[in-house]
Amino acid sequence: METNLCVAGFGGQGVMSLGKFLADATCNSTDKNVTFFPSYGAEQRGGTANCYVVISDDDIGAPLGDVMDDLIVMNGPSLAKFLPTLKKGGRLFLNTSIVPDKIDRDDVTVVKAPVTEMAYELGNAKVLNVIMLGVYIGFTEVIDPAIVWETIEHKLASKPKLLPLNKQAFDKGLELGRSQR
Amino acid sequence: MEKIYTRTKTIQEDKVSGFCPGCMHSTVIKLVGEALEELNLVDKAVCVQGIGCCGLHMDYIAYDDITAAHGRACAVATGIKRTNPGSLVFTYQGDGDFASIGLAESVSAANRGENFTVIFVNNGIYGMTGGQLSPTTLVGMKATTAPKGRDPKEHGYPMHMCEILNELKAPYYLERTSCNNPANVMKTKNAIKKAFQYQMEGKGFSMVEVITSCPTNWGLDPLKALDFIEEKMLPEYPLGCFRDRSKEEG
Amino acid sequence: MSRVFMKGTEAVAEAAVRAGCRFFAGYPITPQNEVPEYLSRRLPEVGGVFVQGESEVASVNMVYGAAAAGTRSMTSSSSPGIALKSEGVSYCASARIPMVYCNFARGGPGVGSIQPAQQDYLQATKASGNGGFRMPVLAPATVQEAVDMTYRAFDWADRDRTPVLILADGVIGTMMEPVVLPEMKSDEEVAAIKESKKKWACIGHPLDYAHRSWIEPGQWSTQKMQKCNEDAAALYRSWEKEAEAEEYQTEDAEIILTAYGISGRIAKSAVNLLRAEGIKAGLIRPKTVYPFPNYAYDKLDYGKVKAILDVEMSIPALFVEDVDMAVKGRCPIETCLCSGGNIMSRDAVIAAAKKIMEG
Repeated sequence: METNLCVAGFGGQGVMSLGKFLADATCNSTDKNVTFFPSYGAEQRGGTANCYVVISDDDIGAPLGDVMDDLIVMNGPSLAKFLPTLKKGGRLFLNTSIVPDKIDRDDVTVVKAPVTEMAYELGNAKVLNVIMLGVYIGFTEVIDPAIVWETIEHKLASKPKLLPLNKQAFDKGLELGRSQR
Repeated sequence: MEKIYTRTKTIQEDKVSGFCPGCMHSTVIKLVGEALEELNLVDKAVCVQGIGCCGLHMDYIAYDDITAAHGRACAVATGIKRTNPGSLVFTYQGDGDFASIGLAESVSAANRGENFTVIFVNNGIYGMTGGQLSPTTLVGMKATTAPKGRDPKEHGYPMHMCEILNELKAPYYLERTSCNNPANVMKTKNAIKKAFQYQMEGKGFSMVEVITSCPTNWGLDPLKALDFIEEKMLPEYPLGCFRDRSKEEG
Repeated sequence: MSRVFMKGTEAVAEAAVRAGCRFFAGYPITPQNEVPEYLSRRLPEVGGVFVQGESEVASVNMVYGAAAAGTRSMTSSSSPGIALKSEGVSYCASARIPMVYCNFARGGPGVGSIQPAQQDYLQATKASGNGGFRMPVLAPATVQEAVDMTYRAFDWADRDRTPVLILADGVIGTMMEPVVLPEMKSDEEVAAIKESKKKWACIGHPLDYAHRSWIEPGQWSTQKMQKCNEDAAALYRSWEKEAEAEEYQTEDAEIILTAYGISGRIAKSAVNLLRAEGIKAGLIRPKTVYPFPNYAYDKLDYGKVKAILDVEMSIPALFVEDVDMAVKGRCPIETCLCSGGNIMSRDAVIAAAKKIMEG
């Protein structure tokens, strides 16, 4: 069993952190193989930042697959660019605050999450990635949410003031993800 | 009878120098050896030598020695000294090595204030390769790659390494000497000793630039080469101490 | 030991520190900047020295100096920077100075692209500098392997007084994977390693010509130079028995995929999918690309193997030249290639293999 995930958005939306939190948590809590691979270079200048997470019971080949099982899209340009890589029956997590939710494919499951607005409501635009991570975990249950939260807590250890806000963001996301199962 | 002079033990007893007649490398190497002996630093000495005639002495000296690639002596010395601060590390380089192919390494090491010593032997010409133009060749002086002589329009002007390094904050001691007469030979030895002492005190980058001759490639006999130093080289490369931070420290 | 989630570059840097590396000089170049960045923090914590060199050339020569003075030393870079380091590597090889360096290869030639590639194979294995020397070249396919190979490289370098190259690529460098880190050598062990080199290290010795340290990357005497090269050649021959490859599902294979490094792991996953479709595929993945594991290709049953598929992220194909020499015409060799910073597609590998089996 292997899951290929691509996370894509603007630089500054915390796309890389989202992927790293998930991959790190998988490393810490399971004996599965997991890779995180950032895409860097020319693509970033085009306004998109993206990373790949592969979680597998077997050895992982490429840390970025040809076809994605799951796709998290945080902005418009990323939808156009990466939607064709999503497999038939794949799952699309869409930041519906800034990406229109009308997509030109009917063979994928769409999970709608207006994370930009939700982050503003929480008073900090930066936590949109943590909300989206919550949505993804809540919907897929790929790993125990408690482990993911521990990882985030650990990564933010030097900024304890940010913890309550991030906890709130993560929980909101989880709730939203679960509600769409 | 009292013995007032013996050859330095830092040069192997059974070796005869292969330098050209009148070449001053043998003088400078002797001075370095005497300085090491007098300061009781032979056991700690590491010579990083450049490529060219400056490297010919590796067969004669009796202390530790490493050959650096063309121009890289200051980089190699950085690696040795940083990992063995107790050693006395000096580079021994000619003008092509230090001021041309190794310019980046030389200036950067000086700018970092690396705690080693550069013995920069400047005779204004590439020796071993046969008299090509060097960054320190005098204007009008002929070279095998500048058959009409150094032309500022084409080659620019001679580079003054003491003056260039004196623009940097970090170097601790910079002095230019020569070996064209007995008094200057003694001054050169004193400068080398001073540089080594500063290094052992951890003061930082030190350099002694020694203006020497190359009778073979200058096309002059050894005595006329001494006159050439006095009349042509020294007006372009004035002798003296450019930087001695110990004086500023009082 | 529990596993930690680390980036390839940082994992290699940490492995070097644990192996007793106490000197690093390097210069910034993508995609390996985390190596110098990490070591600028880490080395001072363990009494080591980090220097940001003014150039790649200066950096490798600093390493030559530090290693010649007895300290386990390392540098790293990516393709164009590795080319510049060839000067210092050649000096280390000639003067028999142990050092380790790592190439997180990117696209080429020239400035190429900053994305991962395997275009440096011939440079790494045949001519990493002037003068016709050889050195062990280890090719990791995972972050764990990069760590283990780096740790081992320092022992190999010291044992044989030779440079050792870790030939990685931008994927191995920038990806994160779980790793189990090797044991940290104690201060006493690191000191003992340095002490063991004192005899020849260029640090100053009592005045005694016979016992002085004399680091010679060349000889004035042609006889002596020939003797040095003969000794070195004997050393290179002795490495043949240390060649290593991963041989996977090769016994009954009708098609063998062969690749090193990042392409090797992608090819392996293709083997699994081909097998699931009933195609008898196998894999040979050299872990040492010098010495080259010819033995793995000799062991194949050429009565069964229809073809070998060379998979590499290089155009033109380079690794295939060693494969060709190992296979010795016993079966056809086809290629599946990509270049320019594009990462090998598993689907493309599977399609290429199927085409051979159907054709």
